[in-house]
Amino acid sequence: MIEIDLAQTPLRQANRRLQQVAPDSNERSFVIRNPQGAHAVAAGLTDPIEVTVEGHVGFYCAGMNKEAEVKVIGHAGVGLAENMMSGRVQVTGNASESAGATGHGGLLVIAGDTSSRCGISMKGIDIVVGGSVGHMSAFMGQAGCLAVLGDAGPSLGDSLYEARLYVRGRVASLGADCKEKEMTQHHLEKLGRLLDRAKVSANPRDFRRYGSARQLYNFKIDNIGSY
Amino acid sequence: MCGIVGLYAKKPAFREKLGAHLAAMLVEMSDRGPDSAGVALYRAPSEAGANKLVLHAAEGSIDWQGLSQAMGTAFGEQAELSLRGSHAVVTIKAPLTALRAWLVEHYPQARIVSAGEIIEIFKEKGHPREVVKQFGLEGLSGSHGLGHTRMATESAVTTEHSHPFSTGRDLCLVHNGSLSNHNRLRARLKKAGVEIQTDNDSEVAAGYLAWRLAEGDSLNQALERGIGELDGFYTFAVGTKEGFAVLRDPIACKHAVLAETDDWVAMATEYRAIAPLPGAESAEIWEPEPGRVYVWGG
Amino acid sequence: MTHQPTIPRTTPRPSSIFDDYTLSEIRRAAATGVYDIRGAGAKRPMPHFDDLLFLGASMSRYPLEGYREACNTAVTLGDRFAEKPIELKIPITIAGMSFGSLSAQAKEALGRGASAMGTSTTTGDGGMTPEERGHSTLLVYQYLPSRYGMNPDDLRKADAIEVVVGQGAKPGGGGMLLGQKITERVAEMRTLPQGVDQRSACRHPDWTGPDDLEIKIHELREITGGHVPIYAKIGASRPYFDTALAIKAGADVVVLDGMQGGTAATQEVFIEHVGIPTLACIRPAVQALIDADMHRKVQLVVSGGIRNGADVAKCLALGADAVSIGTAALVALGDNDPRWEEDYQALGSTAGCYDDWHEGNDPAGITTQDPVLSQRLDPEAAGRRLANFLAVMTLECQTIARANGKSDVRNLEPEDLVALTVESAAMAKVPLAGTDWIPGQGGY
Repeated sequence: MIEIDLAQTPLRQANRRLQQVAPDSNERSFVIRNPQGAHAVAAGLTDPIEVTVEGHVGFYCAGMNKEAEVKVIGHAGVGLAENMMSGRVQVTGNASESAGATGHGGLLVIAGDTSSRCGISMKGIDIVVGGSVGHMSAFMGQAGCLAVLGDAGPSLGDSLYEARLYVRGRVASLGADCKEKEMTQHHLEKLGRLLDRAKVSANPRDFRRYGSARQLYNFKIDNIGSY
Repeated sequence: MCGIVGLYAKKPAFREKLGAHLAAMLVEMSDRGPDSAGVALYRAPSEAGANKLVLHAAEGSIDWQGLSQAMGTAFGEQAELSLRGSHAVVTIKAPLTALRAWLVEHYPQARIVSAGEIIEIFKEKGHPREVVKQFGLEGLSGSHGLGHTRMATESAVTTEHSHPFSTGRDLCLVHNGSLSNHNRLRARLKKAGVEIQTDNDSEVAAGYLAWRLAEGDSLNQALERGIGELDGFYTFAVGTKEGFAVLRDPIACKHAVLAETDDWVAMATEYRAIAPLPGAESAEIWEPEPGRVYVWGG
Repeated sequence: MTHQPTIPRTTPRPSSIFDDYTLSEIRRAAATGVYDIRGAGAKRPMPHFDDLLFLGASMSRYPLEGYREACNTAVTLGDRFAEKPIELKIPITIAGMSFGSLSAQAKEALGRGASAMGTSTTTGDGGMTPEERGHSTLLVYQYLPSRYGMNPDDLRKADAIEVVVGQGAKPGGGGMLLGQKITERVAEMRTLPQGVDQRSACRHPDWTGPDDLEIKIHELREITGGHVPIYAKIGASRPYFDTALAIKAGADVVVLDGMQGGTAATQEVFIEHVGIPTLACIRPAVQALIDADMHRKVQLVVSGGIRNGADVAKCLALGADAVSIGTAALVALGDNDPRWEEDYQALGSTAGCYDDWHEGNDPAGITTQDPVLSQRLDPEAAGRRLANFLAVMTLECQTIARANGKSDVRNLEPEDLVALTVESAAMAKVPLAGTDWIPGQGGY
């Protein structure tokens, strides 16, 4: 276990260390201490290493993550795991706005709540939120899965493409072109597998599924109210 | 565009170092606000019937000692003076309107930065680290305070354009974001008799608040009404005699975080401004919801 | 019976505001219920570089000969913070245009032509293709609100990153690509269903405002190790403030795109009625750089209707460090060429006017994904045409610079210019020809 203390080590040096792990190296496990709300902690990782961050992080923690497993013991700021490609990012506390924004792959697990725009423009990332998500979550969500154990704030899935949304609690309101859809056996199994991967215990049957009504896919004047 | 911070002492023991803590929070927000900085500190209440004014003038253009003596003579009362960088804090037992009139007549080049029973506002151009030093913020006590670091967007970088903007007795506002309808609103407020000195959008928000309060709204009512009338992106922190309030616009793109321990409540644009506070690691941390008014201290 | 004299008729009088175009647009809107969408930039007349003239040499200023009396054209972009700034041989780059809006052959041609002349190309709102990276020696990678195709590997392959706040054709609008151009390959790159109309975000998903842009730029530097320059591209709107804020947010280079700057597709009203002319944005932007003591330290690239070496020279004289071309580059490749006139007419247009690039029917094979049409463009030949055009622009700029006594094109200055109209004099802050009057300066 290699320790990096951000109170002693400049962030650029710390990130460089994490980004340049040799493929045959045995140094695959890191602990970052004293983040003190710093931004871009563990951003741009490219290798299947494990990074644990002890404390609260600022914006863009684990931004553009590839392959790595990043765990934050604390809260995370704006844009957690934004544009993640693969790997796994986990937060024991809450995440702020735009968690998992534009992510292409990988798994993001937030034990607490997120604020607005969770999964905005998601492009394949899977996100599991133990608490609730704020307004405009999954805005323009293109692909991937968002599962929320708590509630969803107003305008869920506004302007949704093909991302799949599952919410266990209350949905304050649905966004343009987002509608509730049937939960079939296929979806129950898919959600079950996602929750298992996230190591979150919940019954898929308690969730409702939301997806695109696909009415905005090609412009029709009668949809003018949605624009 | 900017950084805003707020700190409120829940326990009297925390007040002594309030200035030092607020200073640390402010400096953390330098990257997003390098042009100027300001604080509103609520401290050292003046006695009943007295008013505390903070005055500013161009470097060396006013003999502050002379001013406070002349003021004392004019009103037949002892005027207390303390100097903080380019600002002068004058406390005297005299009505506010009379004091304003006297200053306009005898010292027109002096600008009133804040007025009230307890508030002290200091704001200057320059890097927050320098501004904090200039006002000796680290040595000041207080019950609560707001701070602001500024990255000027559409108006100039001057002392007058810096936040906090004072909107009335013991009242002030700091703003992160960008209002989109402030020009027409400014004209409306001026017509209603509100004094607006700059073309800064945040000053319009402060003026709007002052206007609503003067019209009899409570702070909550004024801020609620503001959600409908002020267009654009904003996180506001408002300072009052008793405490402070926070409001985010309904779209809520400008970040804000709140934290609370047994000793204090803090607010900041980024968590890293809260991190240096004692007990921050175990503080309760949450974000203000959009379109909802939060008030501490009354 | 008395013969009635014929009453002379008055000439039919067209309305200047309800002109032919406007009348046809109202009819089209009434028939369809949808706004008009098209490509290209603002087409209506407005003050532009033709309104400015260089003074040249005379009794008090002496010209340079050609040949060995060299006139340098090389420019370095992005040496404020980046370890590896961009070294251009000429002060003309190719602006951001996506694979998706353009065919793969067109992107390849742009890469070939730019690389032959030692300058850069730019990706667009769709991500980086391997062909594009392969054919361009210098490639700028756009970072847009949509984040289509964005990934750290491509980010690290780029020679520079251009954070797009907006573009001149639509400051405040997002990208647009209609279903007919969302082919299988485009759909895969953008993670969209094939054949749907792409709806694009107009704001970035995870930051708003220059104070948060600073944190985003910091993140991009952390991911790329601080090697490459970070540009901020903004549609011409509030050029003084926008430039000042881009500097404060930590950009290495500022790119300003005037309203004549083209787009693949957006609403006609956006193109013609939002954003300011390119000529109007340069002096305020340069003033912001000067006020921040950053002129020549943070470079300014100007785009939007740059058509020839004279336009290039005028932008540099007003204080820019380089220019970027989009529409002109496409025309050099073969866009709107009269050889396809029959096809343009079949589409209801004519060569030189065709701007329905969003429909994917481009006869020149450039703004289309149609496999048959895009074969019409030979990337090698088109690349040569672009290289020729860039060479001509450079030679023209050098000719003008030498005539004004400059051994470096960036030594051209505002005092080398005069204006033909009051508007252009006011915008460029140069005197009306033959006078010393600059409207708005000196109190009159």
